[in-house]
Amino acid sequence: MLSLLVTGFLASALAPVLYRRFRENFGWIAVIFPLFMFFGFLSRYPEVAAGEVIRESVPWVPSLGVNFSFLLDGLSLTFALIITLVGAAVFLYAGAYMKHYANTGRFFLSIGVFMTSMLGLVLSDNMLLMFVFWELTGISSFLLIGFDHRKESARRAALQALLVTGGGGLALLAGTILLHRVTGSVEISSFYGMSGIITSHALYPAIAILLLFAAFTKSAQFPFHFWLPNAMEAPAPVSAYLHSATMVKAGIYLIARMNHEIGGTPLWQDTVLIAGTATMLFAALLAFGQTDLKKLLAYSTLSVLGTLVMLLGIGSELAVKAFFIYLIAHSLYKGTLFLVAGTLDHETGARDVMKLGGLRRAMPVTAVTAALASFSMMGIIPLVGFIGKETVYKAILELEYWGVFLIAAAVAANAFIVMITLFVGFKPFWGETLLTPRPPGEAPLKMLIGPALLAVLGLLFGLFPGVFIAVMLQQSALSILSETLSLKISIWQGFNLVLLLSFVTLLLGGVLFLVRSRMPERLLALRAPALLKPSAWYEGSLRLLSSLARLQTRLLQNGYLRNYIIVIVVTAISLASFALYRSAGRFVLEPAVAVTFYEVALAFIIVVSTVLLITSKSRLKSIVALGVLGFSIGIIFVIYGAPDVALTTFAIETLNVILFVLVLYRLPRFLKLSRSSNRVRDSLIAGGVGVFMTLIVLYATSFELSPELKRFFAAASLPEGKGRNIVNVILVDFRALDTLGEMTVLAIAAVGIFAMLKLRTRGRA
Amino acid sequence: MILLLALIIGVLYAAGTYLVLRRSMVKVIFGLIFLGHAANLTIFTVARPTKGVPAFVPENALAIAEPFADPLPQALILTAIVIGFGVQAFTIVLFKRTYQTLGTEDLDEMRSTDTLE
Amino acid sequence: MYSVILSTASRYLLILLLLFSVFLLLRGHNEPGGGFVGGLVAAAACALYFIANGLEAARKIVFFDPLRIAALGLLLAAASALPSLLLGNPFMTAVWIDTGIAPLGKVGTPLLFDLGVYFLVLGVTLTIIFSLAAEDRRS
Repeated sequence: MLSLLVTGFLASALAPVLYRRFRENFGWIAVIFPLFMFFGFLSRYPEVAAGEVIRESVPWVPSLGVNFSFLLDGLSLTFALIITLVGAAVFLYAGAYMKHYANTGRFFLSIGVFMTSMLGLVLSDNMLLMFVFWELTGISSFLLIGFDHRKESARRAALQALLVTGGGGLALLAGTILLHRVTGSVEISSFYGMSGIITSHALYPAIAILLLFAAFTKSAQFPFHFWLPNAMEAPAPVSAYLHSATMVKAGIYLIARMNHEIGGTPLWQDTVLIAGTATMLFAALLAFGQTDLKKLLAYSTLSVLGTLVMLLGIGSELAVKAFFIYLIAHSLYKGTLFLVAGTLDHETGARDVMKLGGLRRAMPVTAVTAALASFSMMGIIPLVGFIGKETVYKAILELEYWGVFLIAAAVAANAFIVMITLFVGFKPFWGETLLTPRPPGEAPLKMLIGPALLAVLGLLFGLFPGVFIAVMLQQSALSILSETLSLKISIWQGFNLVLLLSFVTLLLGGVLFLVRSRMPERLLALRAPALLKPSAWYEGSLRLLSSLARLQTRLLQNGYLRNYIIVIVVTAISLASFALYRSAGRFVLEPAVAVTFYEVALAFIIVVSTVLLITSKSRLKSIVALGVLGFSIGIIFVIYGAPDVALTTFAIETLNVILFVLVLYRLPRFLKLSRSSNRVRDSLIAGGVGVFMTLIVLYATSFELSPELKRFFAAASLPEGKGRNIVNVILVDFRALDTLGEMTVLAIAAVGIFAMLKLRTRGRA
Repeated sequence: MILLLALIIGVLYAAGTYLVLRRSMVKVIFGLIFLGHAANLTIFTVARPTKGVPAFVPENALAIAEPFADPLPQALILTAIVIGFGVQAFTIVLFKRTYQTLGTEDLDEMRSTDTLE
Repeated sequence: MYSVILSTASRYLLILLLLFSVFLLLRGHNEPGGGFVGGLVAAAACALYFIANGLEAARKIVFFDPLRIAALGLLLAAASALPSLLLGNPFMTAVWIDTGIAPLGKVGTPLLFDLGVYFLVLGVTLTIIFSLAAEDRRS
């Protein structure tokens, strides 16, 4: 599976080059890639259907427990099949849809990277690996939403999606780290059977909340839903693919994947149930004010995502069954309808449903495709959406405590979805013909195949659920609940309460449609106050963040070099002094060895030249003082058995003098620039640093030094390094790689100096 | 003798810190040189220098016997001195160019790029 | 700053100092010395010649562009890692030729590495000095 993903990334990198060659026929080339992967996964179907769990693991950073480990079971195979199949439809479609855009090659690069990372996400058996792919989907989503980067709204929407889902990604990482502390592993399959340990651990609430936060942001659950409708700035294929069929389901996938080991507690189930229900209901209500095709679809997607999360919150066998069928149904019909919306926009130039009508004669194939998908979305027999909705209702009715409230919410939400469907799937094609900005015409073949394929599959899945869904359902349920379901799926269950509810839903939806069509726009002008909108909190926190940054920049980065230095030095010294103070008892001064006259004289010379340098106003005197200082230090090295260091010091000091003579004479005379109060303050700080460093050196020398390295180098120098000068052997043999690095630094400094002096920019400041 | 070296290090650090806090660029360069000397001496002193015997394997012997100077800090310092020279030259040239371009060596007059409007 | 005595002396000093630097380089593996000191001494020799005879003369004596000397040094040092790669040993494992070559003593990749250090230090230092000197004259 690793090789498959690597191929995916490589193929994506090739996309821009190939696009330049094939232009608008690139769709036919691009579609090979997801199709190839689709059939690759399909070939594993028999094994997975037989109950096998395919694992693969290649070590990456084994010391940290990060591995390329993958897991193919019912749940991940289902997701992988959806991702690649919808991907194929979208890629083919995009080839034609995107031809008027600039940089279409880059588009295919991003969407290819997205598809591969999304596959990686659902296949990962390692949570850190999953995190990497999770963020990669977020980044490719960012690039795709902001694809039309000249539009400010697109850039804002892209950033918003990135910040919200990226924040969730960090929560996923934090949750993973906490899980590691509890279980000692980040491999998902190693959590099996640890449910008791995890859920009873003190860190469990934190883990659960972090993981749910990640899932809710990614899957746009209330109150993080606001980024999804804004993400409709993306081109239609992106909305169809990322923001309805696949990426927004990553959070749901996470909940489903973690459900068995980490879920099951009241905290987990209730949070999931409440968030899901709230999203389902509010998103449906919010859709009422929209007239934009894609916004309408976005709100219905939100509502469906909420329903899916709610089902996981219920967590019964029936709910999991409903979850699974509804998930597949939604991917099929919503993908189709987004593509249809794109086609409408592409062929007529209008996206406002109120301005579209009677297009069925101009666009017959699109009209039929839309109708097919719409029937599925409304839950009309015999499409797969019907089975989905029926099972959802049944799962809710099974509940005793919350049942009545939830069923009312579900019926209401679904009625709104019916209304949305009527607006998106039927109104543009039927009724009176309205004038559109561009004369309408049928879309090219490339843009018809994909949606039609998905719509027809919706029909086939509905007619033969036993063939298409039942087997995978069993295996997925095994992953989510770790028990097999023996529930049969059939499309016709007789006349019962559930069927009655379906009728009620359709009826209500029709009424809503009629009301909304005749409602004057100004009634919708009423808006909720900003304080109640989560998107306003988002804006507010962004503003707060930037003003905080501004404030601290003004305080700390005020342009005075010495202030930066003072802040750094004083902070470091105070913190370290505190530590030093606490271990004050451990100072051991070495026994006083007779200090020779030479040493004292040397120290005296160093101090004198230092003082001279600080106080001197003459440049020549300063240079001399600096030279004396350097040579004195060289003599220290001579005394203490370091002839190589001493030689180097002497050579450097000689060159230094030349350097200073060349430069310093061109600079002005020293000026006394600082105020005397500053001088006093600086002296105090400098004195503090000096005392502190003296103490540090004394403290460090109070402990026994490990002689191991010294002994090793002494023993190995001649036999292994073939040299008697141990220092040089270390430099050119034992630690040659370090030296090579240091040489590189020197070379870079030389290049920098050369560039600064030789290459002058035109037009000086 | 370590006490003596520690005191020298203290003096060098104090002088270096004081000098990098000046407004004049040249003084700041001097300060950097002081800090470089101080850091090298610190590494040297912390490794307990011994007087005399450098780290050479004597002729006709396979290894050197104690006491001898620790070669590792010496190797560290040796490269540090040379790199220090390179970086110091870089700083000097940078300051020189700055002086040519801006016509001042007062660091307080060079804050326009760092301040918010 | 031109002085006849210095100018004349510097010619001989240059040769002497350069020889001394090579001596330092070669004996560095067994006695005090090595590539760093050798390179610095060689650079100091050229710097002395520059002070005595001016920039143009110094450039002529050095002949190569100093930055290229530095690049050569880096290249030599990096190349000393090649044998270990080819032999499949850990990176930068030293390789020695068993029979020593008379004036050089034992020959092996560390010597090549040291030679690289020598050229790099020489090149870098000369780059600094020559660039500054050229700048000095221009302004």
